[in-house]
Order: sequence, then C-alpha cells, then structure tokens
Amino acid sequence: MSFIVRRLVFYLVAAWVALTINFFIPRLMPGNAVESVLAKFPNLQPSAYRALEALLGVGHPGSIWHQYWAYLGDILHLNFGTSVADYPAQVSTLLAETLPWTIILVGTATVIAFFVGTALGIAAGWRHGGGLDRALPGLMFLQAIPYFFFALLLLELLALKLHVFPIAQGYSEGLIPGWHWDFIGSAIYHSLLPALTIVLASIAGWMLQMRNVMITTIGEDYVVAAQAKGLPNRRVIFSYAARNALLPQLQGFGLAVGFVVSGALVMEIVFSYPGIGLLLLTAVTSDDYPLMQAIFLVITFAVLLANLIVDLVIVFVDPRVRIREATR
Amino acid sequence: MTVAPAISAGPAPVTREAVQPGRWRRMPAKAKVGVVLFGAFVLAAIIGPLVAPYDPSYQNPSPSASLNPPSAAHLLGTTQNGEDVLSQLLVGIRLTLELGIIVGVVATVLAVIVGVTAAFLGGFWDELLSLITNVFLVIPALPLLIILLGYLPQRGQLATILVLSGLGWPWGARLIRAQTLAIRSRDFVAASQETGERTWRIIGYEIIPNQVSLIAASFVNTVLYAIGASVALAFIGVANLSSWSLGTMLYWAQGQDALQLGAWWWFVPPGLAVALMGTALVLLNTGIDELGNPRLRDASSASRIAGHWLRPTDPTPVLAEVSQRRGRMAGFLHSFSRSSLIDETGGGKRS
Repeated sequence: MSFIVRRLVFYLVAAWVALTINFFIPRLMPGNAVESVLAKFPNLQPSAYRALEALLGVGHPGSIWHQYWAYLGDILHLNFGTSVADYPAQVSTLLAETLPWTIILVGTATVIAFFVGTALGIAAGWRHGGGLDRALPGLMFLQAIPYFFFALLLLELLALKLHVFPIAQGYSEGLIPGWHWDFIGSAIYHSLLPALTIVLASIAGWMLQMRNVMITTIGEDYVVAAQAKGLPNRRVIFSYAARNALLPQLQGFGLAVGFVVSGALVMEIVFSYPGIGLLLLTAVTSDDYPLMQAIFLVITFAVLLANLIVDLVIVFVDPRVRIREATR
Repeated sequence: MTVAPAISAGPAPVTREAVQPGRWRRMPAKAKVGVVLFGAFVLAAIIGPLVAPYDPSYQNPSPSASLNPPSAAHLLGTTQNGEDVLSQLLVGIRLTLELGIIVGVVATVLAVIVGVTAAFLGGFWDELLSLITNVFLVIPALPLLIILLGYLPQRGQLATILVLSGLGWPWGARLIRAQTLAIRSRDFVAASQETGERTWRIIGYEIIPNQVSLIAASFVNTVLYAIGASVALAFIGVANLSSWSLGTMLYWAQGQDALQLGAWWWFVPPGLAVALMGTALVLLNTGIDELGNPRLRDASSASRIAGHWLRPTDPTPVLAEVSQRRGRMAGFLHSFSRSSLIDETGGGKRS
C-alpha cells in the first residue's frame, strides 16, 4: 500500500511544481505580455483586462504570495480565466469542448499501438535474427521520420489522392454534435486516419523496447529451465519470458505518455482535429496567454493521471512491488 | 569518425573485446551505417553553406523561377518564391544539427552533474535531486516548450537552445545516477577511497570513464530529442521563421501548400533529412547498446555458427570448433578462451 501512497505524494508534488512553473513563467519572462496582448486587441473589455492582469501578475495589488494563493484558489475551482482571443469565452468552456476529442482519439490509438507493438516485440525477440527482427532498421526509420511529416504524407496519399479518408476536421460539415449515429459514425470515420498515423509512428518504439528486454529475459536461467522441463513454447514465451519482460515496458509506458501526448498535439494541427492541440496552436498564434497556460496545466495533469494509473497496474501485475513494500 | 565511446576499464571481458581499437570490422553493422550516415550530415553541416549554389533567401522574382521541379540549375527545384531548395536544405542542416549537438552537449553535462552529484551525496540531497529529476521527466515537455517560447519576444536559435537544454537533462540524469550508484559500490572505487583519493578525482578518473558508453548513449538520445523538438516547434511556428532550419523549411512548405501544389521536391527533402538524421542517431544508439550488451547484437551471423541455429538459450558451442571461424560471434566467444589471453598479452595483434 505504501508504494501507492508514495507515488501519490510524488504526483502531488509534480502537480504542484507544474502549477508553480505555470505561475512564474509569465512573471519571469522578458517583455510585457499584457501590453503585447493589448496591442493586438485594442478594444478589450475592462473586465478581461483585469482578468489578464490577475493571471499575468501585472499591476495587481497585493504581494506575490497573495497572488499565488489567489491563483491556486482559482485553479482549484477550475477557473482558468477568460480567453483573450475568443473573448468572452471562458477558458474552461473551451477546454471542456476540446478535451474529449483528444482523450478518446489519442487514448485509443496509444493503447492499440502499445499492445500491437508489444506483441510484435515479443515475436521479434523470440525469433532473434528472424524475419521480423531484420525488419527493425526499417521500423526505426519509420520512427525517426518527424511525426507530422509522416502524417502529412499519409494525408496527401490516402485522403487527397485516393480519397479513402476525409481530409480534416473531427466530423462532417453540417452535422450537429450529439449522441446520434450520424454524428458518431462520422466522428469515427474522421478519426481513423489520425489514429492510424499515431499507431504507425509509435509502434516501432514499443516493439524495439520489448524486443530488447525479451532477448535479455530469454537468456535468463529460469527461462532455460522452463525449456528444459519441456514446456510448450507458447507457455515459455507468455508465462515465463514475456510476463517479466513486460514490466519495464509498462514502466516505459508511463514515461512515454508525455511524448505521445506531445505527438498528438502536432497530429491535431496536421489534421485540423478539434482537440486540445489545435486549441493550443490557436492560442499560441493569437498570443492567448490564459488559454496557453490552462492547456499546459490540463495536459500535464492528464499525463500525471495516466502515470498514476500505470503505477496501479504495476502494483497489480508485479508481486515483487507488493512484497518489497510488505517486508519494509 | 569513430564511435568507440567506451574506453572502459570495466571488468566485463565482453566490453573490452568490443571496444579495442581497430575493431571497425567487428562493429555491429547497424552502428556502422549510423556512423557513416551521421558523418555525412556533419560534413554537410560543415561545408554545406559554403557550397550552397544560391543564397537560400534569394527570391527570384521572375514567375518562371517559381515552383520549378528539380533541374540542372536547381538540383532540388525551387519554392513558390523562386528560392533554391538545395541551398535552403544545406543551410538548414547546419542550423538544425548545430542546435541538436549544442543542446546535446549542454543537457548531457547537466545530466552528468545532477546524476553523479545525487549518487555521491546520497541521503537528503539524493532524494531531492531525484525528485526534481523525476518531476521534470513526468511533466510533458512539448507543451511546456511551447508556452516558454510563446512568452519570449524573440524566438531565436539561442533561446531555443536554452529552453531545450533546460528541459532535456532529466532522462540522462536518471540513468547516470543509477549507474553511478552501481559503480560506486565496486571494489576499485572503495580501493581508491582507501588510498585517500579526493572525491572529485574518484569521480573524474574512476566513475565517469566507466560510464562513458552510457553518457554517449544519453548524448545521442538528447540530440535526437533536440532535433525532433526543434523541428516540431518550428513546424508549429514557434521559432525564428526568418532563419533557415529544416523545421522552418517544413513550416513554409506546409504554409504555402507545397503538397497540394504537387511540389514534392520542396516538402520531401527537409523531412527526409530529419528522418535520416534521426535514423542515424537511433542506429548509433543501438550500436552503443550492443557494445554494452552482447545479447542484443544482430543474431544473423551468430545464429549460423557451426552450421546450426543458435539461440541464446542453447548451450555454448564448443570453442575450438567456433574459434576457427572469424565471425563476430566467433571473436566474442574466442575472447573467453585461453588463446585470446595469450593473444592479448602478446601485443594484442589479432587480425
């Protein structure tokens, strides 16, 4: 149990660090963000101006501690302020509109890539030097291609030339989002190509890591013993070798979530997918600082949450973690 | 161009075998390809801007110069504004590689400092430094990079390098800390402590030389991260868009609809250059991995030793039979045999 408690404390600390960085960035960066925003939006409402000042800490009465506590209180109440570019929309409303798109698409694609990549890695590691293993350099190339470049080429080929997939957006024009089949079908259809690019781009990483751990594990004495006992190969692979090789893979999954999310941000920009990445791009190009900062926080919290879930899974599948804690 | 990162005095005979000088022939094939490919890019970065046929920013105003496919005058064609793609590519490779390598050096130095300090101080400081490392590892980098650079009034090369270095060290620091802890408990470190060596001397002469391959791997990884991140940032538009890097080339190509216009020669070369650079680095890294962990080595030559398929789980083949063949695996096995000892003490000349 104490393993989980310690991890929880760690994620709380990480969340606090992220919040604090987020608080200090606008205060430490050179240049006056408020003025640059004002230059862009000269007819900003006074209330928006005040909200902006409060967020960026300019001309605000009170000490920095006071500002900090006020800021933490705002975040706690999910009050991220008002969007500057899309005035008077609340930042939290914009986030609520875009977040489900990203979570559903990126989450599904990542889990698929993880499972397929791991399975391929098991196969490649077992037949070390076999056909699948020799395909690895090719897969490495696929992984080294900048993600957006790869996605754009696929988009060009499959959507613009062959018309297999739609070009952009999350659903067809003219449909009203809601829980009816027209919309859901259209949304799934529009998500296929982005999901495919994420899976293809990230599969090689999972495969390579699993293959390497697998090869090392296969050399262990207990695997040799299992083979010597005459157990069927399937049993040796899945119950002996892969079961242990999976643990580093799972730990890697937690850390990789951050990378995957970063890739997904770019994916949404390529496909004009109505998720949080596209929103971040709009925020950056229009100097919408409140929106930018809120998106950073939301993404960070999502990654922390994913990591926490992975930790819970590890406790569940790895008895050593539990035993080590119990004997402490 | 040699990788040979591990001038290691480690106790493992395998490592010593792998890094002895003149072992180019026995180096893993993947690493060779990586070295050659990366060397080509370094060369292009050094001489590229000198041999670039045109000024990359020169916009040929005549409409006939716009969007030319590759020809003798423009080997990679021209952009919509009549700029020469090859010249942009050559200049862009320099800027991108320069950024990658500087970030790699700075972040790796930071990683070594943090990792070794944490492992050596132990106790509270170790806990604190590890906590900081892990926190920065778990906070997603790209969104943070975007807002950091988003606030900067000028998003030039220096700012990008600073921000990328500042966020690029935790991964390496974590690995180096673990490795330092492992080495620190070895007898030879205890021996030098007993003889009264100063701590910084132990670190500089005993600890760091023993993890050169890990540091090299972490450097390669950081360069990879820096190139990927800088290209992605430029593609989004968070960069100095008036300079030519591979990322800004892609930004302009995408922004001016190169693909929709069918101008593949404008869009594909920078993307391909980044991809090949990345592949070279990944291959280099696998090579370094394989130097340290012989089990990972390409099994294709090993598997056919003595005429049958060899699995890692199979019993070791008879050495006498194997050592007559001069494959990679044979050399590896040979290093355990007595004759290799004689070889090595006798001047180490083995073809």
